[in-house]
Amino acid sequence: MKIRTLFYTIRQGFANIFRNKWFSLASIATISACLFLFGLLYAIMANLHNIVMTVEEGVSVTVFFEEGTTDLRMEEIGQMIGSRVEVSEVNFISDDEAWATFGPDYFGEDYAEGFPENPLEGWDSYEVFLSDVSLQDALVTWLQSIPEVREVYYSELTANTLSGMNMLIAYVSMGIIIILLAVSIFLISNTVAIGISVRKEEINIMKYIGATDFFVRAPFVLEGVLIGLMGAAIPLGLIYSLYNYALTYLIERFTELSSFLNFLSIEEIFAFLTPVSLIVGVGIGFLGSISTVRKHLHV
Amino acid sequence: MRKKELLRQKRESFIEENGVICLDNVSKSYSTGAPALNGVSLSIGRGEFVFIVGDSGSGKSTLIKLLLRELTATSGSVYVMGNDLARLRHKQIPKFRRNLGVVFQDFRLLNDRNVYENVAFAQRIIETPGKEIRRNVPSILATVGLAGKYKAKTKQLSGGEQQRVALARALVNNPSILLADEPTGNLDPKNSWDIMKLLEEINEGGTTVVVVTHNREIVNAMQKRVITMKKGVIVSDEEEGGYIDED
Repeated sequence: MKIRTLFYTIRQGFANIFRNKWFSLASIATISACLFLFGLLYAIMANLHNIVMTVEEGVSVTVFFEEGTTDLRMEEIGQMIGSRVEVSEVNFISDDEAWATFGPDYFGEDYAEGFPENPLEGWDSYEVFLSDVSLQDALVTWLQSIPEVREVYYSELTANTLSGMNMLIAYVSMGIIIILLAVSIFLISNTVAIGISVRKEEINIMKYIGATDFFVRAPFVLEGVLIGLMGAAIPLGLIYSLYNYALTYLIERFTELSSFLNFLSIEEIFAFLTPVSLIVGVGIGFLGSISTVRKHLHV
Repeated sequence: MRKKELLRQKRESFIEENGVICLDNVSKSYSTGAPALNGVSLSIGRGEFVFIVGDSGSGKSTLIKLLLRELTATSGSVYVMGNDLARLRHKQIPKFRRNLGVVFQDFRLLNDRNVYENVAFAQRIIETPGKEIRRNVPSILATVGLAGKYKAKTKQLSGGEQQRVALARALVNNPSILLADEPTGNLDPKNSWDIMKLLEEINEGGTTVVVVTHNREIVNAMQKRVITMKKGVIVSDEEEGGYIDED
């Protein structure tokens, strides 16, 4: 193929968009609407999931030791806890540190006056944070089996509620995203197919004159890719602006909840959204136009 | 290179012996109904002007589709410009079709492009340099009497003018054969005659012209070779023939 033919087909791809401006607009609007809805739901679901994860990360199990357990043994047990898969972080809290935290919370700044000695003496502990709250039961059972462990404090209700919520959000968001993606793929590929099918006559004419399959197909494919690209870029731009605005608004409005309302950054959202939107938009534009044109090439 | 030259020579000698179009005992059946063509044999020589006439269902359209290699014969052989169309692979069809100019009853123009672009398109397909396209297109438009309308959109033209654009497009690549399927079917008598005169001029220039038509007046007046078809078979083939009535 000569270079001028390549340039001609590229020019025709661009020109087709303007020649069939209503089809182009309808296709771009359909792709944009689908991907906007998909992106919006993904952003909401990803943030909900992240908030629950943040709360989960704050759930801890406290392990107390029998009196007389040596420091060395406690350190050994600490290392064993730290190596468990259920554990994300483990902190040793000596009885003095515990009293220094607990005392002021319950007895005010002068807490030491009524207690010449540390009432929590002998209550050294480990504060254990979980990597996955649904694994709390397994960890607690294991901790309780250690002879030197006097007590394990944990909240079954919190763990179960968070674990359930997390599962629910994961399933619901996965379901919605899969359905939306399927609907988007169906709608976009149909729009591309209909847009090309109404120009079946044009393809027939080209073939009768003696155009090669490449010569007929290339402008349509380029047109499909460009429409897909625009259809993906518009919702990405919209979501970017909307997300930035919503993030600023929510952080300003709910400052008191900022400790657990931990939103994902725009970069984190777009690290997933950009490739998926581009693949869906451009990919369907590309594959849809190739397969639809192919149907009409056997003239 | 030598192999190509030998092939070309072989094709040329085939054409000298059997004509630019040669059908040998060709039948075409579709999945339902009677065969559209039944044992058709014919030969059309270089530079001939031939009318193919017959009523609906006589097999004229099937014949044109076979010549364009849009369809393949169920049995028998179809040769166009020495090419055995049954042996033509899908990839070879575009190059083969560039030997043919085609004109249809409904013009089949690219309506989103102007007159110039419609004609130039046929040249772009065969990768003609831009300079030559700019020279050839105005020249062929002048031949069909549309020199002043090259910027017009095809929808702004009359039926006769649209058919002239189709003719210009069919001729711009200097085809050896011009196939015209009911070229006057959508035209008034004056425009019909103008188109037929153009076809005659084209034929005088050496191009083989095959016209499928219903137009009795034109067929009878032009005194050319007439092949009459009925129910998929050739019922008459006459030099300087006329339109034979169904009854």
